[in-house]
Amino acid sequence: MPSNRPVTPSTLSVKDLPWQISWQKDKCSLCGSCTAVCPVNAIELGVFRKRYIHADIKPAGSSSTGYDIFYGIRQKTDPAYACIGCGMCSMVCPNDCIMPLKSDEADKLRFHIDRGGQPRRRGGRRNNGASLLDRIKFIRISMLTDPALDAGRHEFEIRTLLGRVLPPEESLRHFKENGWVPPIREIYPLIIGAMSFGALSPNMWEGLQMGVAYLNETLGMPVRICTGEGGCPPRLLRSRFLKYVILQIASGYFGWDEIIHAIPEMKVDPCAVEIKYGQGAKPGDGGLLMWYKVNKLIAAIRGVPEGVSLPSPPTHQTKYSIEEAVAKMIQSMYMAWGFRVPVYPKISASSTALAVLNNLTRNPYASGLLIDGEDGGTGAAYNVSMNHMGYPIAGNVRDCYLNLVRLGKQNEIPIFAGGGVGKNGNLAANAAALIMLGASGVVTGKYVMQAAAGCLGSEGDRCNICNIGLCPKGITSQDPRLYRRLDPEQVAQRVVDFYLGFDTEIRKIFAPLGRSTSLPIGMSDALGVDDRDIADRLQIQYVV
Amino acid sequence: MCRLFAITSKEPLSPMVAVEALDVMREGHDGSGVGLFLRDLGGPFEEMKDAPILSGIFTESGLKRLDAFMMNLGFMTKYKLTIKVPKAPPPGVPKRDIYLIRAYEYPEEWDEMTETEKLRKLVHLRLTLRGMGEEKEDMIVFSLWPDAVMIKEIGDPMRVANHLKLDRKELKARIIMAQGRQNTNYAINLYACHPFFLEGFSTMTNGENTAFVPIKEYLSSRGFEGYTGYQSDSEVFTHILHYTLKNLGFGIEGYKHVITPLADEDLEAHPNAALLKALKHSCRRMIIDGPNCVIGSLTDHSLFMVQDRKKLRPGVVGGKPGTFAFSSEICGLDAAIPDRDKTKDFQPMYLDTAIVGPDRQEVRICRQTDPLPPLH
Repeated sequence: MPSNRPVTPSTLSVKDLPWQISWQKDKCSLCGSCTAVCPVNAIELGVFRKRYIHADIKPAGSSSTGYDIFYGIRQKTDPAYACIGCGMCSMVCPNDCIMPLKSDEADKLRFHIDRGGQPRRRGGRRNNGASLLDRIKFIRISMLTDPALDAGRHEFEIRTLLGRVLPPEESLRHFKENGWVPPIREIYPLIIGAMSFGALSPNMWEGLQMGVAYLNETLGMPVRICTGEGGCPPRLLRSRFLKYVILQIASGYFGWDEIIHAIPEMKVDPCAVEIKYGQGAKPGDGGLLMWYKVNKLIAAIRGVPEGVSLPSPPTHQTKYSIEEAVAKMIQSMYMAWGFRVPVYPKISASSTALAVLNNLTRNPYASGLLIDGEDGGTGAAYNVSMNHMGYPIAGNVRDCYLNLVRLGKQNEIPIFAGGGVGKNGNLAANAAALIMLGASGVVTGKYVMQAAAGCLGSEGDRCNICNIGLCPKGITSQDPRLYRRLDPEQVAQRVVDFYLGFDTEIRKIFAPLGRSTSLPIGMSDALGVDDRDIADRLQIQYVV
Repeated sequence: MCRLFAITSKEPLSPMVAVEALDVMREGHDGSGVGLFLRDLGGPFEEMKDAPILSGIFTESGLKRLDAFMMNLGFMTKYKLTIKVPKAPPPGVPKRDIYLIRAYEYPEEWDEMTETEKLRKLVHLRLTLRGMGEEKEDMIVFSLWPDAVMIKEIGDPMRVANHLKLDRKELKARIIMAQGRQNTNYAINLYACHPFFLEGFSTMTNGENTAFVPIKEYLSSRGFEGYTGYQSDSEVFTHILHYTLKNLGFGIEGYKHVITPLADEDLEAHPNAALLKALKHSCRRMIIDGPNCVIGSLTDHSLFMVQDRKKLRPGVVGGKPGTFAFSSEICGLDAAIPDRDKTKDFQPMYLDTAIVGPDRQEVRICRQTDPLPPLH
């Protein structure tokens, strides 16, 4: 380091970074694996010059000084290369001599990460481990009058409905008169949520689709996966597996040219069409696929030039209002598939969610409403959006459900909830809590990445670079050097594993509550929470 | 777990038949309460099948309020059966002033109304009286309906029956339903006592309804004032029955398809698959999941019994032409109809609805996999 090194206002030391690399010289075999694997080049091989002094203790003796060099690991302090704490270095180190350690105080990097006037954008996590869903307990366990069911032996039918359900009188009238009955799908209540096409690597996508196909075809679990914005590979569109897929159309309409062209050749209908109006973690932002990920394949499927960032507008710009947008888009999507495919909107949880819901109740075509809470992960969201925008999912779903109850339509528009389901690993408990608060089913994306592909992110701001295509595990990258790390077969196997695990756990929750053949949607008498205000707000029991 | 007993007979019977049957099953109920429902009445009520009968419990002042209210509306008493009880009730039975069973003459203004309108108004009237009673705690109104009587009280069934001297000649019916209570999930309240009654439909249940809250919320939002009360999780079974038969126009065969729809693979194979699938979807909120045995009585004077999907509660039907009984234990059946052909006793399984029609000649078994009769 030169003695006259320029210390500018944004000069950072290793100590100022959120993660410090601990490297042990004694154990290091200098194999170079860690620097090769580091996705952000936070570490480099370094040549260190070290002065040594030999001081003779005899008065007449002569002392000497000299220089030596040794090789090692150097951590960069340039904000662009700051360590993200992913820990890939320790994963590949043969001698366990390197690992990132979290700084013991708030980092200074946060003040300098906006170089060029661009605030930080990060993928995935709010960096807040608190979860209301984790605090909810299931308290109505039938012990005497109704012995608890045996989760392992009893008959279970864990299914939910996606699609507009007519009230019974109306349904019978349509049946007698041969009227049009809105399409309804019986699906598993845990849906793999929308993760944009192009955001996920080809291997991740293939793995998820294979896992879903196996769950459906071999295990008989009607699991569904949403494509997210960006289209769908042409082969999948023309295959019989399309029925397990929910196609998403968002305000950028990316990939829809391809989808529309494929309609005449589709062997089966898609499960449903999701119209995205908002994302939980960045309400008011459209999606953004950054240029790093727009390679030739993605550009072709999305119908755009290569290597450009692809922002979607925050709302569907051709529509005047949400009423118009919802009505027109739902209807045109219905028409595209001959009124055989359910179409529903996805919105960010917000205090105006009720307005959308009320509007949907009067639209005979609306098949459901997906509400995405503030914990919903998303790639490429500004820090300020991730940290400060959005509405918690539990209260929003509860409000919407109770509103439907007041209207007498709680059976008719299924509400799906997402955002923070399984945030801390408690997937089944979180899903069950949302269902009992009134959701017909839940969607999850982050948990899937973590469980099926070993995403390294955490609520401690670890990794969080899903947006820039450098995902160290190759989950959210279009760079073959990175996504080759991910084996689709293994992803598929993990998808099946965690679904089966979820299925067991959800039975373990439902069975003691005495439910096995119908989902306990709105069974709020079973819920308790240890905070009076939360209990009042959600209209559930207060228990301590 | 409560005990249930229901009997349908060509000859009018005393409610004691049912109370005695409950008494032999007393190991299964804790003597904390009893409810009786009588219809197709004999005795003096035989002559006044169309007159609405009010049954309930009143204080002295409550009775005066009732009289004033009913007189004001133009209702004239046609016949009354006032049960005056000894001053000291037996242990466990609360002290009451008057148990009232009173038949009315409709007011003249009601003559213009159709039968349906009259009956709908009776529901409204009963709920108004119930509300008045809850306000001042001086009246408890169980039913106001032609040819139907309800008696409910806290305490051991046999003690209550002796206390009320139910073995009187004026009180006889061809259909009797009785429930002996064993604990309750909610506060002990006479309105929480089975059987429940709404517009000619009555049911009683043995078990726990774990889907109570969503079903209650659903029914309450149907916009019919009769769907109210819900002091008990079992009251919704009566209302679902009412909804299925009255609003949806199904026969009793449809009831089971609403509360316990077939599993998907059975549904596919059913001759009415399309209809039943639509029904399963649109009536999803009314699916019951808890272990329940439901015994009920319909407007045409048939009795039926259904089981929940898992069939975790017992129930048996047996009898001889002219008299059939439904019981939650065989010993209850033995006590009431000892001379029946026991080989013909039938215990409905999870797909069955056992029905004894108004002719009381046989037990008809309707399996859920059978074709449905045409919708009317």
